[in-house]
Parts: sequence; C-alpha cells; structure tokens
Amino acid sequence: MSNGQIKVAYWPGCVSRGFTSELHGSMAFTAEKLGIELVELDRANCCGAGVIAEHNQELADTLNARTFALAQQTGLAMMNICSTCQGAQSECQQRLDADSSYRAHINEVLSGQGLSYEKGKDGFTNKNFLWLLVEDYGLDRLAEKVTRPLSGLRVGPFYGCYVVRPKERLGYDEYPERDLYLEKVIEALGGEVVEYDGARKCCGFPVITMNRDTSLRQAGTHVGDALDAGADCLVTPCPLCHLNLDMQQPEAAKVVNRDLGLAVLHLPQLVGLALGAEPKQLGMSKHIASTKWVEERLASVPA
Amino acid sequence: MATYTLKVRRYQPESGEGPYWEEFNVDLDPSLSVLDGILQVKDRDDGSLSVRCSCRAAICGSCGMKINGQSGLGCKTQIGEAQELADKRASVGNGSTEGNVIVVEPMGNMPVIKDLITDMESTHWEKIRRVTPWLLPHGDPPEREYVVEPESMIDITQSMACIQCGACVSSCLSMEADPDFIGPAALAKAYRFVGDPRDAETKERLHDLAEDPHGIYDCTHCFSCIDACPKGVAPMDQIMRLRRKAGEEGIEDPHNGHNHEAAFVKIIETKGTLDEALLQQESYAPGVKGKLKPTKGAIEGLGKSLPTVLRAIRSGKARSLSKLIPGVHPKLPGDAQDEVKAIYKHAEEHREEFNIYIHGEDDVEPEPDEPTAAILADEAKAAAETKGES
Repeated sequence: MSNGQIKVAYWPGCVSRGFTSELHGSMAFTAEKLGIELVELDRANCCGAGVIAEHNQELADTLNARTFALAQQTGLAMMNICSTCQGAQSECQQRLDADSSYRAHINEVLSGQGLSYEKGKDGFTNKNFLWLLVEDYGLDRLAEKVTRPLSGLRVGPFYGCYVVRPKERLGYDEYPERDLYLEKVIEALGGEVVEYDGARKCCGFPVITMNRDTSLRQAGTHVGDALDAGADCLVTPCPLCHLNLDMQQPEAAKVVNRDLGLAVLHLPQLVGLALGAEPKQLGMSKHIASTKWVEERLASVPA
Repeated sequence: MATYTLKVRRYQPESGEGPYWEEFNVDLDPSLSVLDGILQVKDRDDGSLSVRCSCRAAICGSCGMKINGQSGLGCKTQIGEAQELADKRASVGNGSTEGNVIVVEPMGNMPVIKDLITDMESTHWEKIRRVTPWLLPHGDPPEREYVVEPESMIDITQSMACIQCGACVSSCLSMEADPDFIGPAALAKAYRFVGDPRDAETKERLHDLAEDPHGIYDCTHCFSCIDACPKGVAPMDQIMRLRRKAGEEGIEDPHNGHNHEAAFVKIIETKGTLDEALLQQESYAPGVKGKLKPTKGAIEGLGKSLPTVLRAIRSGKARSLSKLIPGVHPKLPGDAQDEVKAIYKHAEEHREEFNIYIHGEDDVEPEPDEPTAAILADEAKAAAETKGES
C-alpha cells in the first residue's frame, strides 16, 4: 500500500474499447480522480481470452509474453481492467515462469522485435484494477476520496470466473481474500453488499455462440437471484460478464421466463460515482439495462 | 484440539420430510479432516448421519461433498482450513448468512439419496459410459500385452490420475445450466483415450465429442472443475486439449465451436485486437462459402442476435462504423501488427504444449511426495535416450 502516486502500464483489453467502450472511458475518468497515472500499452495485442490457447497454446503464450515484455519496457507494474484478460494472461504467465528453457524458446521470436519477457523483472506484476485498488492503492485511501457515499445503494458483486479460479494460479496463496475484494470496495464506497448465489459463478458468455440457451440461462439466473436478494445493481470487473449480464439481459429474461431489469455497472463506474462523477460522464447511458434506478437512489445523497 | 460447528444439509427420505439443516459441534485437532468431523458426529451424536467413505486418504474417491460451497473430498479438507474459509466469508458484508459455521452439503448436479450420499450412477457414471471409456484398437490383438513406449503415455498421465470422485461434476457451472452437458469427468476420461497411442478410433471419438451439442464446445471455461479436483487432473484443460485436437483434425461441428475459434485466431493475426463484429459474422458464416451458402444454424444464430444488435445501436453502444461493419476495425499501430504476424509464424511452426503437471516448475523445489508425473517423465526420457544409444 502506498500513499504516493501510482503509475501503471495499462492494458485496457479489446472489449473495453469495443462493445463496452464506456468501461475504457470510465477507467480514464476514475483513474484521474484517484490519482492513478495510466501509461497505455497501445501496441499490445489481444490476450486470446483462452480461445487462442485452445487453438495453439504456444501462440497464446507468445502473444501474452509480448504484452508483458512491452509492459516491462516501461519499468512499471501492469494493470488490466478485464477479468478475462487477467485469467488468460495469468495462465500464460504461469507457464512462462515455470520453466527457463520454455521461456527462452518463447523469447526467441520476441528478441527479433527487441523484446524479451523476463521472469520477476523489477518485481513485475499484472493486476486487475480490482486487485490494484485493494492491494496497492488501499481501501482507506479509497474511502478518503469518496465525496458521494453510495449510502443505501444495494450492490451485488459479480467477479467473473477468471479472477476467482483457479486459486493456485491467481495468487490466492499470497492474497487469500481476492474473492472478497468487491465486497470490500462496495463497503469502502459506502454502499451495501447484497449476498446472492451467483457472485462467483459463470455469466455464460464464453458459450453464447455455441450454446445460446445455456449461456443466457446462466446470465438470467444470476440477475434474477440478485433481484430477489434486493439488489439495486450489480458491479463487475469483467466486460465480458457485462456483455452477457447487461447487453444480453433482455434475451436472458426470455430464456429464464421472468422480468429482469437490473443495472450492471463496471467497477470503475461504481468507484467513479462515489468520487462524485455524473452517470453520463461514466458512459452509463450506453448500457442496455437502465441505470436510472441507481441514479435515483444516489440523487437523494447530494454529491 | 478445538471445537468446530458443522452445519450439515440433511435428508432422510424414510422420514417423508424434505431436506433440512442441522448443526453439530465437534472437537478435533485442526489438522484433521472434515470427514473426521462427520464421523465424530456419527459416533457421538447421531448414528443416522449418512456419508460414503472408505480410505480416508484421498485415494478411493468416495467422500465427495461440498464444504463451504466448494466441491472436494471430505478427507482431503482440513477442518482448520475449512474454518478459516468460513471465518473469511463471514468477515465481509453483513457477515455471511451462515455465520462462522462450516457448511457441509452433498455434491451438486446429482440427486441426493440420503444426507451426504448422492446418486453417482444416474449422472457421473452414465456420463462416463457415454464417452466409450475403453480402448478401441484395430486389428488382431497381440499375442501378449500391447507394448507402448513409456514416453508416448506421458501425455495422458494427468487424465489417468482421476479417481472418479465426482467433485468436478459437482462443481460444474455448465452442467448446472445444461444437465445434458457431458461434463468435466467424462471429457477428461475421453482425453485419456484420445491421447492413448493404442486407440485406433481417435478421429471418430473427436467427431462424436465435437458434434454432440452437449460436448466439448459446451464447456463455459469457468475453472470450477480445476479447483474442485483433488488429484490435479484439471478437467477443463483436458477439454481444451480435445478442442485443440478436434481443430487439428479440421472437424467442423454444427454449433460453430470450431468456426468461432478459427475466426478469433485469424482476426488477431490480421488486426491484433478483437473485431467483435467480424467475430460474430465469421463464427456463424465463415468465408465466402459460409455467406453464399449459409447453414440453417447460421441463419438462426444471426437472426437471434439481431435484437441485441439493434438494442446496442439504439443505446449508442455500437454506433461507430468499426463496431457495426465487420472488418472496419483498425490494425495495431506502426509495425506492431507485423510483430504479431511474426509470432503467429513462429508459434504455428512449433505448436509446443507446455504442461506444468508433467514438466514441473524448474524454479521451484519439488515436494517430496508429489511430482510423480514429473518423475515419470524424466524416467521415460532417460529410458528413451538409453534406447537411442543402444
């Protein structure tokens, strides 16, 4: 935890600049408010989302080694804003870190580009914004920054599989509470945590093309459970979860055969609201499930 | 010695009542197991508490259960650790709804017969049989046993480590939404035969598993089975290897699994980051042929995604050209895209698959009783080298 300026090599991912561009935008806004400087890795490539690894594991490992090497060139720790990027990149990093000869093989092609991934160089880490917020920025410091506490706002956490499992790969030995950070952040922002069954389950997104019914049943069930538990909104650090929980929500409602209608916020949006931002500045008008209810709840507490 | 509270999900069908919760206090050393706790309850408080168990050493695979919502073996979960997890959960929010007790339930995704005993037959074993879990060699059997190079079997040692406890099935989030999913245990078992050099029907097996709508492309990549497995089988990894092999065989499944993967891989080669519109289009209707002669599934799939696209345009989510028109998405700046292409060339030539389970980690001291697969691999390598020299 530090009180000084935090500066990170920032990998925004693909979806945060695509169908959930409000995530990239709200991250920039919120980072500035928090005093986190983002050095964007604009030459970096897609993490592969596990799909490239299923085609060719070495290809996924090399593509992510390239991203790590680009981050290492900046001398900064790396930050991502997507659970899926975190999981896919951690998987590749685990293999790269496990064996020096494998690492050398991967670095063969990178060296032709003036790049090299070096295990543990300058204490290299790659953390999701959620992890960075709790472990490096600090919850006390976050709480001090809050200008509009989310008093009375009932928020259901939704993690995304890729920052929760597998525990052994994702640093849970060192940070055993990573699967409780969303709850801790919601509390630090003055909100109320809603417990429901789906918080650490799968949103279903990875099979939306292959098995639409299974995929939407997962999304619809979790949104429904959160509503039944009294949630005003969900918050997620994963834009792919956001696609299934928010963009597909009207379709998911048809599959689970019930009315839904629950706002799903990106993590930087929830933080941004507590730091006094207006919903429009955070791109909340771009959501499919209306965020109006959240805005009304917050309007009772002046910024 | 400490006192722990076990909150057990009970079901006694002969009573005619539905399932209910019951709490028991047990006194145990924290290093003993949750199963030891259950057996103490059975001994001291209630002999009717029913649980399956035998070896108590994570070998027989009988005592699969959920502990604090996590699927695993009762005998391999220390009660002190289970308490730590319960305390951790209770520390946030309004405190866990369960309080600081250790919650014990029967496995999920299976019918409960009594208390912690589930019906493995109707789910787990039926799915295992679904994947033809025996060798299918061609030709006349050899006079004595089949002889294989030890090295050629290393690839499947991970899936062979399965003890059929069902913990992965219990944890599977795809199966929760789609009970017909073949599931992690059976698909890991399928890889055990797909990767076996003695089997002669590899291609047929891959076709079968890829073309089943509840087969390899029905896994939602949630990693639950990896955390549940007490033996390091990592069933999800085996499913991904089945997809890799099916892709290498060029098997085109009717659910767009292969198309989706091929389109994704191609897009990153040419654009560096994901062109979502192009991925959608190419997953359903790949290439010129897919567009001139779209399949019924493609028309249905694209048709069903139309309302979502329209809503995305209306909300402003997808109003730019690059989000609407497939292929408009920009490449990486400068020569960065060429760097990505060079990586593709190198990696597609080698296609190396590095499995930590088999190779171990060179920077970490091995645990004395663990890395059997790594030792096997070394021995086989040494044997192969000796053979090469003679």
